[in-house]
Amino acid sequence: MAAGPEDPPRAPRDRAPPDRAQGSLRMDRRGFLGAGLGASVLGVVAARRAAGGALPEQPAMREAGAPFSNYGRPSPSEKDIVRWIAANPGAPGNGVSWCPLHELEGIVTPNGLHFERHHNGVPRIAPEDHRLLVHGLVERPLVFRVADLLRYPLRSRLCFLECGGNSNAGWHRRPVQAPAGYVHGLVSCSEWTGVPLATVLAETGIRGGASWLVAEGADAFAMNVSIPLAEARRDALLALYQNGERLRPENGYPLRLLLPGREGVLNVKWLRRLQLSDRPIMARNETSRYTELLPSGKARQFTGIMEVKSLLLAPSAGMSLPGPGLYQLSGLAWSGRGRIRRVEVSVDGGRQWQEAALEGPSLPCCFTRFRHPWRWRGGPAVLQSRALDESGAWQPERAALLAEHGRHGYFHYHAIVSWQVEEDGTVRSVYGDAGGGGSAAPADIGEDWF
Amino acid sequence: MARYAAYMATRAAAAALLLLTSAKTGSEPPSAAAGPGLGQPVSDAEIAVWDIGVFPDGTGLPPGRGDARQGREIYRRHCLSCHGARGKGGSAMALAGAQYGLTGDYPQKTVGTYWPYAATLFDFNRRAMPMQAPGSLTDDEVYAVTAYLLFLNGIVGEDERMDAVSLPRVQMPNRDGFLPMAAPPMEAPPGRP
Repeated sequence: MAAGPEDPPRAPRDRAPPDRAQGSLRMDRRGFLGAGLGASVLGVVAARRAAGGALPEQPAMREAGAPFSNYGRPSPSEKDIVRWIAANPGAPGNGVSWCPLHELEGIVTPNGLHFERHHNGVPRIAPEDHRLLVHGLVERPLVFRVADLLRYPLRSRLCFLECGGNSNAGWHRRPVQAPAGYVHGLVSCSEWTGVPLATVLAETGIRGGASWLVAEGADAFAMNVSIPLAEARRDALLALYQNGERLRPENGYPLRLLLPGREGVLNVKWLRRLQLSDRPIMARNETSRYTELLPSGKARQFTGIMEVKSLLLAPSAGMSLPGPGLYQLSGLAWSGRGRIRRVEVSVDGGRQWQEAALEGPSLPCCFTRFRHPWRWRGGPAVLQSRALDESGAWQPERAALLAEHGRHGYFHYHAIVSWQVEEDGTVRSVYGDAGGGGSAAPADIGEDWF
Repeated sequence: MARYAAYMATRAAAAALLLLTSAKTGSEPPSAAAGPGLGQPVSDAEIAVWDIGVFPDGTGLPPGRGDARQGREIYRRHCLSCHGARGKGGSAMALAGAQYGLTGDYPQKTVGTYWPYAATLFDFNRRAMPMQAPGSLTDDEVYAVTAYLLFLNGIVGEDERMDAVSLPRVQMPNRDGFLPMAAPPMEAPPGRP
């Protein structure tokens, strides 16, 4: 008997890279610092040293290469670039896995590294046995097979998907020392392809008074949530493909709901049922969880939109700068309210800001990569980024977010992230403002939730 | 290959259909977003089997009944190992026994302090609990264990029978504790469906 907590688990104080050799995940501060998540930086240095200025032998050029493969895998040399799993030992399908954002580039997340949040495991579903039922306040309740949906006009959309509990370690009194992705990586970005929900609703018809959509998954949690119908009609997709291939099982195969820019839990995986209603169902996951407790004792509810956020990834916590000189600062920005209009970076803890270059297409509700050159002179520095979205919202400072929401909201943390570069080049997480209270009692929130 | 053959057959059929309808009505070709109309009708009886949702007013609650005395044994057998004796102290989230309210440095969100609707407890217990065998409890058992959780939180009496009529009438202490955030209207992004 192992029921468990279903909240996204709190972020551990120190998070180590997974130890694949032991077939398990370790949490070992020294392992983390020693093995170094700055591998991408340090690795370059090591390779240069090994080369010693000479060009190395290339034995692979003197033998036939490996044969073809039916489905490609990353190079064995990249085996440590993995999701970091934190699950409930009593119910191993209840937990999360973080996307290693700090090891990735560009804006598209590889399917095998897309973050996961499951409440009771990944169901194994044969697509021919799956059905989508649309009923409630509709003119004609209808059932759709997956094969049927594949014949409908499809649309593709690049957008991020973020768990409402992402970055929740930010509510802690002290900053967590862990690689950026293993604190902020309950977010990923993919090209999703599917049938517009509006197309299917045009077929069922909508009866007067329908204002909510209750979605339900075919997993062992029968995950259900309520979504404002007007929002869902505007841009929801019944997603069948992810980055060109059919959905991965852990991302809802064979069918999931996709609501660009909206809290992850609303993007119901393994979608089996859509009920149109004149009111929300007040599911456990829109009352007891995924609501944000305020200092007043009242809780914000139906906070579906993921607000503007940015995150500096190169460099970021756990990495090490090999020496003074020119670096390219790089990171990601995103907002559930539309496009990213501007990203600024600071190297002095927010005293001065400079505009970063936005790379590539700036798409609504999508990762946007920003880059900025920085010459490190060797002294201490505090690196930050802040984003502005097209709704006019700036990413808040941590103190401002705490002043407005208190420390027990648990969900929707999106404040400015700060990295301290030490004189020796090591990078660690700090709170770059007065909101940290670093010397306060270590009674962090949520420690008993997992 | 099969998929391709089926697709071509469908295309041929669709083209024929389009010719027919065009000839008949002179209508425009379908819009790019129109679906092929493949949804199958489904009866209310079939829908009822799949529709496990329970709304706060009790809509969706099945026949059946149970009280906290009966629920105690069901809790002991299916819930206690994770949620602890009397709903606290286990590895999973506390369900009862909050010492603090929702304000201050140590807010405790339990059934008694936080959950706004009793019917949601039935809905969630039936659909998702116990984790190892969700859906394995009978409706009577779900009513009983729901009654027990309400009893542990001092909300109903030990002999108070919970059923489709009485459960939605239970007034939860935090019924008015939520501030629904009406999602402000967003600009519809270009390229929307």
